[in-house]
Amino acid sequence: MHELASQAANFINLDAMTIGYLFAVGFVGGLVSGFIGSGGAFVLTPAMMSLGVPALVAVASNMCHKFPKALIGSLKRAKYGQVDVKLGIVLGISAEGGVLYGAHIQEGIKAAYGDAGSNLYVSVAFVVILAVVGGFVMLDAWKTYKGNTQDVKEVKTKLAAWLQSINIPGTMVYFKSMDARISVLFTIPLGFATGMLAATIAVGGFIGVPSMIYVMGVPSMMASATELVIAFVMGLGGSFKYAMHGLVDIRLAMIILAGSLFGIQLGAIGTTYVKPFMIKLVMGVIMMIVLVSRGLMIPVYLSQLGLIAPLAEDTAKLMKNVSFAIMIIALAVGAFIVLKAMWAGKKEERRAMAAAQEGLIHG
Amino acid sequence: MGGEHVKGRPYIKAMIWGVVSVALYVTLLTHQEEINANFANGGMYAFLPIAVAFLFSIVHGSFTGHFWSALGVEASKKKMEVK
Repeated sequence: MHELASQAANFINLDAMTIGYLFAVGFVGGLVSGFIGSGGAFVLTPAMMSLGVPALVAVASNMCHKFPKALIGSLKRAKYGQVDVKLGIVLGISAEGGVLYGAHIQEGIKAAYGDAGSNLYVSVAFVVILAVVGGFVMLDAWKTYKGNTQDVKEVKTKLAAWLQSINIPGTMVYFKSMDARISVLFTIPLGFATGMLAATIAVGGFIGVPSMIYVMGVPSMMASATELVIAFVMGLGGSFKYAMHGLVDIRLAMIILAGSLFGIQLGAIGTTYVKPFMIKLVMGVIMMIVLVSRGLMIPVYLSQLGLIAPLAEDTAKLMKNVSFAIMIIALAVGAFIVLKAMWAGKKEERRAMAAAQEGLIHG
Repeated sequence: MGGEHVKGRPYIKAMIWGVVSVALYVTLLTHQEEINANFANGGMYAFLPIAVAFLFSIVHGSFTGHFWSALGVEASKKKMEVK
């Protein structure tokens, strides 16, 4: 990443198929991001690499589509009163620090253990975080669904209430999303962790959104919208850093953006038709499916490092393809739930409006 | 979510932003070599991709917003209760 010479020679040729493919993946990724605040990157980066884009150019170009996408998404959701700009900026700046530190760790692991070591670290981080955090989110969404408490106002967790009750003079900041004051000494590490995760697995929102909901006490609708502000701040800084090294392929970034801006608008509109627990459900489902996908790759990297018996080349290739296919399924399932919920919400609203009109006529 | 012509929907705005957006994308795709040659130089040239990303997001973002509105895909009428 230190070569400052032009990277343009590494940029791929674009044909209609490639453009169509990136547009479509961008659209689905945007739809999910508009709804849960993040997502898409875990498919977009490998999707670009599968087209022959070098890994760093894929990461850089993905980031350069992420910040303009997050900007449009957060503006849209701000119109619905779902964004806490102050919290987003505070977390976004601390996340920036996390990104730098995460990238530094990555470089160290790569230098010591090579590509396979670095890939193994990323996959293990994915699996552990998704299992713990994703499992928790999924369980919470399931409990709400089973307990038929979707309409009950979200309650702050005990942890969030406790953190908000701790008064550390000189560090307390009021955030409208929590309707409470909380010490920045708690928000900074959470933002930092979000950034570190973004640098490691490309999806900071998988920790950013749950930490806002469960640790800080932000309602899930506002947490997922505020995540877009974090993604904007983090993505802008990251893109600039990569662009300074000539790694951004602006053509790739803008083509993905073409699809994702259609998606993010739709995803944001979708949030106005659903109950808050749907945010948790979609996020939990995606995290669980991605967990399987990344879990499949662990034996491949372990064998590359010689820590287990070597896998046959065909087997490794098959597992890699299956893993990628499962990631695409994760995104597609998320998008399907969003569209279905939105459709149902729209129908319900029409029915209610028709009934109200009927009432007016006959009443 | 029908596509029928409905009064009050931003058809003209969607079309204008759409034309500008398509023009930007056509320029991007027909000038790939010059763009690649200049944008990937690193250093202070980093401002170029960032500025382009902002420009595309504003133009294409306005288009996509009006596009869905023109199709009748709008936010729920009942005010979202987020708290």
